[in-house]
Amino acid sequence: MDAILFLIFAVIAVVCGINVVVQSHPISSAISLIGVMGSLAVLYLLLGAEFLAAAQVIVYAGAIMVLFVFVIMLLNAGGETGRGRSFLAQLLGAPVLIAFLGLMAFFVQRLFPGTEMVQFGAFHGGTAQAVGRALFTQFLLPFEVISVLILIAVLGAIVLARKEFDR
Amino acid sequence: MTGVPISWYLILSAVLFSLGVAGFLFRRNIITVFMCIELMLNGVNLSFITFSYHLKHVNGQIYSFFVMVVAAAEAAVGLAIILTVYKSRGTLNIDDVSSMKN
Amino acid sequence: MNFFLLSAIKAALVAAVLLTTLAYLQWVERKVIAHIQVRPGPYRVGPHGLLQPLADVIKLLTKEDLIPPHVNKLVYMMAPFLAIVTALFSIAVIPFGGEVQYPGGSTWMQLTDLNIGLLFVLAVSSVGVYGITLAGWASNNKYSLLGSLRSSAQMISYELPFSLAVAAPLLLANTLSLREMVQHQAGYYLGFIPRWNVFQGPMPQIVGLALFLIAAFAETNRIPFDLPEAENELVAGYHTEYSSMKFASFFMAEYANMITSCAMTTTLFLGGWLPLWPASAGSNYVPTAIFLLAGAFALYHGLHPARRKDRISLPVVAVVFFLLALMFAVPAVQTVLLPLFWFAAKTGFLLFVFIWVRGTLPRFRYDQLMAFAWKVMFPIAVVNLMLTAVMVELFS
Repeated sequence: MDAILFLIFAVIAVVCGINVVVQSHPISSAISLIGVMGSLAVLYLLLGAEFLAAAQVIVYAGAIMVLFVFVIMLLNAGGETGRGRSFLAQLLGAPVLIAFLGLMAFFVQRLFPGTEMVQFGAFHGGTAQAVGRALFTQFLLPFEVISVLILIAVLGAIVLARKEFDR
Repeated sequence: MTGVPISWYLILSAVLFSLGVAGFLFRRNIITVFMCIELMLNGVNLSFITFSYHLKHVNGQIYSFFVMVVAAAEAAVGLAIILTVYKSRGTLNIDDVSSMKN
Repeated sequence: MNFFLLSAIKAALVAAVLLTTLAYLQWVERKVIAHIQVRPGPYRVGPHGLLQPLADVIKLLTKEDLIPPHVNKLVYMMAPFLAIVTALFSIAVIPFGGEVQYPGGSTWMQLTDLNIGLLFVLAVSSVGVYGITLAGWASNNKYSLLGSLRSSAQMISYELPFSLAVAAPLLLANTLSLREMVQHQAGYYLGFIPRWNVFQGPMPQIVGLALFLIAAFAETNRIPFDLPEAENELVAGYHTEYSSMKFASFFMAEYANMITSCAMTTTLFLGGWLPLWPASAGSNYVPTAIFLLAGAFALYHGLHPARRKDRISLPVVAVVFFLLALMFAVPAVQTVLLPLFWFAAKTGFLLFVFIWVRGTLPRFRYDQLMAFAWKVMFPIAVVNLMLTAVMVELFS
């Protein structure tokens, strides 16, 4: 059951990921990226990280990608043309990528031989309580710093994106 | 099979990350490049959470949480910059906004 | 019983009840707004217009399903589907009642109890924005795009006070699971004041309830926040280019969102399926009393009818009410049906408030709407959360 769920959502994630890179119109890439984030949320659930799965959907798929979709709709710049592509990159791109991934897979298999299995329900430390406790005790300083970071980002976005005033 | 070997999650994370890198290097539209950056960040998040499971400790999930928050802040500011670039240059092709080069 | 079989039965039941309620909620809305405007409303199709939803469904199904030529076909087809699916999802975690025994075991009257149930509802409402955004984009029409951008901007702006209003009862109940949140609201103060979150010390969530309701009005695009989809603004907004069943899906999605928001308000603030006063004081016979009164009322008006048709239809309604009153008086049935009755009564009252507001208030202008979210609701929600946190810390 775990293996079936993992395979389904991993395949969806990879297919949507390839779609993000390959599609010419940004809105199709954005919709595929929402698919990637949704399937990753399910994979986080399988790994026992339930709070992070909900946060992934709320923050990433529900807010950041809405922002992307808004900007694409507002700019309405259309699909990408194919000029300026390097022939060498098109020829060597996919094989080099697959070779690199094969190398990574080989090393990962050596480091983590198949003795440890990820089972749904084996790790109970991902509850909101556990994450909250760690966040407010051990990681309190990074948490406060991140709040300041978000404030700076909000101010920056407002200043950058507003209309110019005629003085 | 009652479970999935942990290396499969790490390989999936590597696949997503390298897809993000490939898109980042090869695409010419600014917004698509930005979306490939988000894809890379998601791949890294999966890796963090897998290691949190492996080490049976919640710290990996906390790092992942911080990555998500930073990605949100970066997306907001980055898209504002893209809007400004579009308003001043009228194009979203990164080859055309290279006036600082040479 | 096998877990999958049980879940399938529960899901089928909940889906059937929800879809019927959707259809008849439209009838109730038309009747209530009609009576607010001193006119009878749907009256001819079936007794008192009760077959009107059926007639509407038949009409929408048999209309020509027109796909305009220059739309983005995949996204155009997907958007209403996305809207209705995310609208119906949240019902899965809402508790309708307590534990029920059946020959072979026991089960809770809830489809599933996630221990992040509240976050699930927030996540689903965040994804629900896409149905509207993509519908406007795919229609290849300036007015649809503007309407959908305005509507989605409104929905994501009001998600903030929505989530903050939800966080305050979370502090009181100390759990994210909706079942435990309702169980935390059991008990009575002074023997008769229920310990619902809206009355619960150390900080009664009255402001939270108001904030949540107003944010729910905005999230579901109801009057007074329905500028982006009103018929005389922006040529009907994001569903201009949709016809037949896809158009119907958007309306079903709006009603489903309304039902879900009212159910969430009931669960979080009004005590879910818990009764208004203790069973020892006779609250088990409240439904019987209400149905007897309603039956008597219908019978009286049937004997002195305002219209000729009512001489037949109103006594039939009275008989139905008397039968229901009899059903609720049987103690064996009461354990199962009473929590459902209280949940349905509270949700129904909130739905009536939604419809009442629609018949009464004018709509906000778009900039007034957005300014209200960011300059009024968000600061009040933050202050409410901080006060709740301080009170919980000082008095628990």
